[in-house]
Amino acid sequence: MASGVKPRVKVPKSASAGETITIKTLISHTMESGQRKDSDGNVIPRSIINRFVASFNGETVIDVKMEPAISTNPFFEFEAKVPEAGEFVFTWYDDDGDVYEAKKSIAVN
Amino acid sequence: MNLTRRETMALGLGATAMAFLPFRVAASATDDAVAAFTGGAEMADAGVTLTAPEIAENGNTVPIAVDAPGAVAIMVLATGNPLPNVATFSFGPLAGSHSASTRIRLAGTQDVVAIARMADGTFARTASTVKVTIGGCGG
Amino acid sequence: MNMKPIAQTRASALAFAAALAFAAGPAVAGADDDQLIINEELEIVTETAAPAHLDGVDVIYSGWRFRSDETQSLQMDDFDNPAMVFVDQALELWETVDGSEGKACASCHEDVAAFKGLKTSLPRVENGELVTLTDLVNECRTERMGAEAWKYSGGQMSAMTALIAHQSRGMAMNVSIDGDAAPFWELGKELYYTRVGQLQLACANCHEDNYGNMIRADHLSQGQINGFPTYRLKNAKINTVHGRFKGCMSNIRAVPFAEGSPEFEALELYVASRGQGLSVESPAVRN
Repeated sequence: MASGVKPRVKVPKSASAGETITIKTLISHTMESGQRKDSDGNVIPRSIINRFVASFNGETVIDVKMEPAISTNPFFEFEAKVPEAGEFVFTWYDDDGDVYEAKKSIAVN
Repeated sequence: MNLTRRETMALGLGATAMAFLPFRVAASATDDAVAAFTGGAEMADAGVTLTAPEIAENGNTVPIAVDAPGAVAIMVLATGNPLPNVATFSFGPLAGSHSASTRIRLAGTQDVVAIARMADGTFARTASTVKVTIGGCGG
Repeated sequence: MNMKPIAQTRASALAFAAALAFAAGPAVAGADDDQLIINEELEIVTETAAPAHLDGVDVIYSGWRFRSDETQSLQMDDFDNPAMVFVDQALELWETVDGSEGKACASCHEDVAAFKGLKTSLPRVENGELVTLTDLVNECRTERMGAEAWKYSGGQMSAMTALIAHQSRGMAMNVSIDGDAAPFWELGKELYYTRVGQLQLACANCHEDNYGNMIRADHLSQGQINGFPTYRLKNAKINTVHGRFKGCMSNIRAVPFAEGSPEFEALELYVASRGQGLSVESPAVRN
């Protein structure tokens, strides 16, 4: 699944110190459940993103353990506190060992 | 005798479980998942909210949201799926709320369950039935 | 006692059975009244008077109006819309050199925004031939880039056509149906009203005579294509118009025309003309 995986993240460009903001993340991934069979009747092996972590300046916002029941092209929406200016790091962990990362800076005004 | 919606559903579930063995297997997989998360602790009825559509237009992509003020983590289970585990959200120090939304797969009409582990080690549980429709030409 | 819930269950089971019968329950007939505003700023026309050439319908509605609130909401914000990851991928493809001429799309066209408005007029006739957006992309690839044509509904083509169509989002569909286009449009119209397949259904039987009614548990739309290429929850990818036509034909047990065939191109023109005045929504989200 390494090719073509593409994250898309919505983070406001700025916030006031201590503000709570809403973040949305989407990543392209088939999330093959391991429950399906191919046309020859063989089980298609599971291949999913199994974990998603959002952090800000090194501190965790949310850490999600993901199972095959998460839809294709996984989407998450959640809220984060922004104590100071800095950088959000979003990380998706694939079953195959690949790690996908997106970063977004936010200014504090 | 006044039954709550949940109690009514529990009665229905019990009856179904007796009729269909596979359902019991699935139910016990759910029980196992719950036990792994709670260690068998009691679960309060209040404290966690699960938002899910009453009818899902397509079981491939069912939007859900969970919210449990003060929770450390929230586990979501789809009791009628081949594998009931869906996701576990763990909230860090910079979580702006103890809530999250995602989109999940449901193999058919079933109960979706959310269980929150609170900071004090107690648990809360809620459930919501989602009807998954068969498509028309939409399949 | 728990009699009440059981009675309710029976009632809803009956309602469900009635709904299966391809007939209107009053509660489900028609489009809903919701209004589509994308990213809290872009107003989309999802309902307007039918174009003059259309006899069987007075008001035309986007397929968005027939979907559940949950599905509708996926299209109201570009960070909720799962199709947008593929539009982003196409932006990378836009910049990617391919073929013997060492060109990318961007080499000639620079900014994809230059194609604002293009989608509203497609398909259209060029040099006596009806061309779709897909044809235009592949013509560029084979004749100017020296690259292989992309597969009609392949991932790259559906993403690229979604990206280009997206530039026209919010603009009204406005295809030419007379002059050079007239014979193609007539062919498309004939196909639209011709019953085919084991179920002996024409497009019109569902999408003109029965829109708003339930077909099994699904709410029939007018079959408008102003949202294509569109993301479908069913297969979790971007779907092309011809891919959708093919699916419809298979469902009525007909042998589908090929994607990119003259028949489907003519049908695409005719169906596009049934949606004149609706906003381009590409990429839409449907079930």
